[in-house]
Amino acid sequence: MLRFVFSLADAASGEMKEAPAARRRPRAHVLRNLVIIVLLSLWLVPLLGVALTSMRSIEDLHRGNYWGWPSDIFILQNYWQVLFSAGMGRFIVNSLIIAVPAVLGTLVVATMAGFALAAFRFRGNLIILALAIGGNLVPFQILAIPVRSMIDGFGLYDTRAGLILFHTAFQTGFATLFMRNFIRQLPVDVIDAARVEGIPEHQILIYVILPMIRPALAAVAVLVFTFIWNDFFWSLILTYSSDVRPVTVGVLSLRGMWLTSWHLLAAAAMLAALPPALLFFLMQRHFIAGLTLGLSSD
Amino acid sequence: MKGTAQRVVRGLRPLWHRRRRSIIPILFLAPAAVLFALFVLYPIAASLRLSLFEWHGIGPKTWIGLGNFRALFADPVFNTAFRNNLIWLALIPAAPAMGLAIALLLDRASARMRLARILFFLPFVMSQVVIGIVFAWFFHPDLGLLNQVLARLGGPTVAPLESEVGAIFAVIVAHLWPQTAFCMIIYLAGLAILNPALEGAARLDGARGWQILRHVILPQLWPAHFIVAMVCVVSALRSFDLVATMTRGGPYDSSNVLAFYMYEQAFLSLRYGYAAAIASVLFALAACCVSFFLWRMLRAEK
Repeated sequence: MLRFVFSLADAASGEMKEAPAARRRPRAHVLRNLVIIVLLSLWLVPLLGVALTSMRSIEDLHRGNYWGWPSDIFILQNYWQVLFSAGMGRFIVNSLIIAVPAVLGTLVVATMAGFALAAFRFRGNLIILALAIGGNLVPFQILAIPVRSMIDGFGLYDTRAGLILFHTAFQTGFATLFMRNFIRQLPVDVIDAARVEGIPEHQILIYVILPMIRPALAAVAVLVFTFIWNDFFWSLILTYSSDVRPVTVGVLSLRGMWLTSWHLLAAAAMLAALPPALLFFLMQRHFIAGLTLGLSSD
Repeated sequence: MKGTAQRVVRGLRPLWHRRRRSIIPILFLAPAAVLFALFVLYPIAASLRLSLFEWHGIGPKTWIGLGNFRALFADPVFNTAFRNNLIWLALIPAAPAMGLAIALLLDRASARMRLARILFFLPFVMSQVVIGIVFAWFFHPDLGLLNQVLARLGGPTVAPLESEVGAIFAVIVAHLWPQTAFCMIIYLAGLAILNPALEGAARLDGARGWQILRHVILPQLWPAHFIVAMVCVVSALRSFDLVATMTRGGPYDSSNVLAFYMYEQAFLSLRYGYAAAIASVLFALAACCVSFFLWRMLRAEK
């Protein structure tokens, strides 16, 4: 299983193979590309509609132009209004303040734990792995009431710190699994050589392991960032004031305000979707490697 | 006093040296273990226990045994929500089917089509709240593209999100969008590592098209099927964001699901014990599915 998933990740992130069959039959090739383009257009229609609407003027909507090309391009006006007058700017900043420290915290905690699980043999290794997978797959609702009481008990209800703490804890399972699998693939003799030299374990982690696991850190970081950025449930139950709420909950609260201002709601939705989409475009390899590998075990 | 402390430290030192190999990994593991135990394991146990009590957030908890569960099975909203979760599970296989089809189409495409796979994958990285807004706009009775197209074709006006029969299906369609994208990317990765010799051999034996797909390609993809099945089942059971964004369980609770009903009961009606019971049912459903998958995985390992 593990070997498969690793090759899966390599294949997904590496160069895709050139198709021999396609090269032999150019007509089939053209047909295939045509089918792909038609399907892709249909696939993206709902999104394109919202993207276009985010550039419309309110007059366009009154005139009944909902899905056609906007008669005036209102990008700057709409996005400016959403960002600064409607408070999307603050929601985006909140999301960053929550996601960035939580990602860093997850990386530190999970790297240490992954190293321990990969570089030492001790009893219960398999049970810990099963727990990490299972814990990542539970429905959130079974955690909700006790987590909210606990966060409240720590005095962190309705704070960004409360969300940072919870997200770090929840993402640690998945991230640990990933780091452990990656560290196990490293050449063992490097660690052994360092141990023979008498280098303490924490220095082995920092000076020997850390430089070798940069790709894994990148994969975990982009994936965990996206999960946290897109989180809705926890933001809904662990915060209530718009000063601390992140972008997902923020967009929905704006919808309550703008029942008919679809152009503004569309602009807000586009802004909420933009950071993870950008991150994905820039770091696709790491993103997909994380997705395939993180689901593995052995 | 100081002497005692020194003696304790001196006494500990050989222990440290002797057991260093087992203490160090425990130290490295400790922060993750504490966080995980505190925010994942303990809450599961606490919720299961709470499901046996009646509690409104303040005051003492009253032990009522299985009373919450008895009330659940007589609760029409719970039954609708449970049924909707089952409908969701029944329809989710559409995601791997479509994802596999798109992956097969893209697998042999030229390098120029690489942008296509990125764009097909795009829905998966978007927040489900955004997807809910996108589809609420798409299904809108007056403004939505669906009705604009139907009107052009001379069809009737439909309002799936306002219909007691259609709402849950409209939400599931919205969910299939990102889920198909996920399945596609896993299948693409799986297709890229197939053994081409097997397909060549099958072609020499006279197998074509469908036969090759069924007997050569699909069996080699089993680990991808496995990952995709597990993630799809779990995400179908977890569905909360789309229901909260598109219908809020309505109209008249016809599109409620367990995850959203639990949220309503806990955080809007403050019936914590009852909500914990709903969460426990959902947890049991998920645990059955996940342990089936884990069992298959461990068995395949041997």
